[in-house]
Amino acid sequence: MLNIMEVHETNKMIEQEKLDVRTITMGISLLDCAADTVDEVCDNIYRKITTYAKDLVSTGEAIERDYGIPIVNKRITVTPISLVGASACKSSEDFVRIAHALDKAAKTVGVDLIGGYSALVSKSMTPAEEMLIRSLPQALSETDIVCSSVNVGSTKTGIDMNAVYLLGHIVKDVAYATRETDSDGCTKLVVFCNAPDDNPFMAGGFHGVTEGDAVINVGVSGPGVVSRALDEAKGKDFEFLCETIKRTAFKITRVGQLVAQEASRRLGIPFGIIDLSLAPTAAAGDSVGEVLEKCGLEQVGAPGTTAALAMLNDQVKKGGIMASSYVGGLSGAFIPVSEDKNMIDAAASGCLRIEKLEAMTCVCSVGLDMIAIPGDTTPSTISGLIADEAAIGMVNQKTTAVRVIPVIGKGVGESAEFGGLMGYAPIMPVNTASCEAFVSRGGRIPAPIHSFKN
Amino acid sequence: MNKAIITVVGQDTVGIIARVCTYLSGHHVNVLDISQTIIDGFFNMMMIVDYSNADNEFGTMVNDLDKLGEEIGVRIRCQREEIFTKMHRV
Repeated sequence: MLNIMEVHETNKMIEQEKLDVRTITMGISLLDCAADTVDEVCDNIYRKITTYAKDLVSTGEAIERDYGIPIVNKRITVTPISLVGASACKSSEDFVRIAHALDKAAKTVGVDLIGGYSALVSKSMTPAEEMLIRSLPQALSETDIVCSSVNVGSTKTGIDMNAVYLLGHIVKDVAYATRETDSDGCTKLVVFCNAPDDNPFMAGGFHGVTEGDAVINVGVSGPGVVSRALDEAKGKDFEFLCETIKRTAFKITRVGQLVAQEASRRLGIPFGIIDLSLAPTAAAGDSVGEVLEKCGLEQVGAPGTTAALAMLNDQVKKGGIMASSYVGGLSGAFIPVSEDKNMIDAAASGCLRIEKLEAMTCVCSVGLDMIAIPGDTTPSTISGLIADEAAIGMVNQKTTAVRVIPVIGKGVGESAEFGGLMGYAPIMPVNTASCEAFVSRGGRIPAPIHSFKN
Repeated sequence: MNKAIITVVGQDTVGIIARVCTYLSGHHVNVLDISQTIIDGFFNMMMIVDYSNADNEFGTMVNDLDKLGEEIGVRIRCQREEIFTKMHRV
């Protein structure tokens, strides 16, 4: 039988250490919403989403109440819209109309974000996919809760450099279109390499074409719990440190598994995966940066940061994997600068730089995430950042991504405010040496060889 | 059997257990076990209860006990048991 100390430990995690389930995300296939006209596509999408997800928010709230565990977000992912709208959309404006239909449907059911205004172009772009990408400045500035992602490369296909080059311009255009609000349109756009089909987290979540009609995926969180557990490991060796992280990750993930199974049962929709991630928020005590610092770093960004993160990421997976029947998504420690108090401080002090963040992305999920850069950064430099990250993902057979925000009208020394979970960020300097001649060559970088690993 | 865990945390005063038990018996909730201890200087009480025959919704019980806690000046939580067993039992 349970004892009072176990019950106390769980409730302390929830009340004092900010243990929560970060998101219940319902994936919905929209492949059967394709039609001959944009109006029909929009109607079909609105009807399907508002039917399937009508009870998502209320069910999430009931589970929160029954178990006393906060479920911070309820979200929806859908099939990449470039596929759903391909036959009906004849222009970028047509795609924008679908973005509005998604926005309206998501607001009707009360979720906080909807992802899947996406294109998968890891080898090359179809005309529809290019139209969707070109629609992003308008789509992301005119809608409120629609999130977008573009997969520009994979280990098996290489990197579509035409898309990378185009996206450098598009990121800049999205920033300009939302310049009144610190270019926050860019917080809703992720450029991936090796994007997973079952990611419940935003802004990069979409419902992959290999998925079923509908699915429930859950993203767990809990850097605060790991951080508090590490207080016990101060001065101890790596064996003790790793065991502490693993044990904590197991406990966190078991809660996610419970919530996922319960949501799946109550909604009558199959359970997909648990995403084992340490997802920070900008609140004090809910920081992956703090966990790294408790491993023994003066500040995130110091030498040793990459090793500490690699160790943390691996232990989270090892602890979490046994706690869940199906693991997927991004699964790893997130390092979104604007959403992590200690990362924000380290970036502001100059201890954490983009080059170090790039190194960190080699050993964790996901990539250069939520990084504010100067508004005068050129499109080709942004393409260069995307290409570098995609190359890391392609060669290392992992997911990488770029979500940078060139904050129009602001420069290094200033900061951008995105609000809510998106947090705030000091604007970080970017190397301005030109890569224009490299990123504008056209074509694609071939897939890497899978032997002779060095 | 549907088990829930009721926890009471705060300053110890006369009649906390009596008030909680009065509420539970009034709604046909059976108390299976009670334990209490002092953690970090605070009174902690835990009850394991069976709510299979409860005459109202679980959510209503959660809200009622929360309100009762406010009246007494302690924090009363009522949670389904699985969140604890999943976390602490393999």
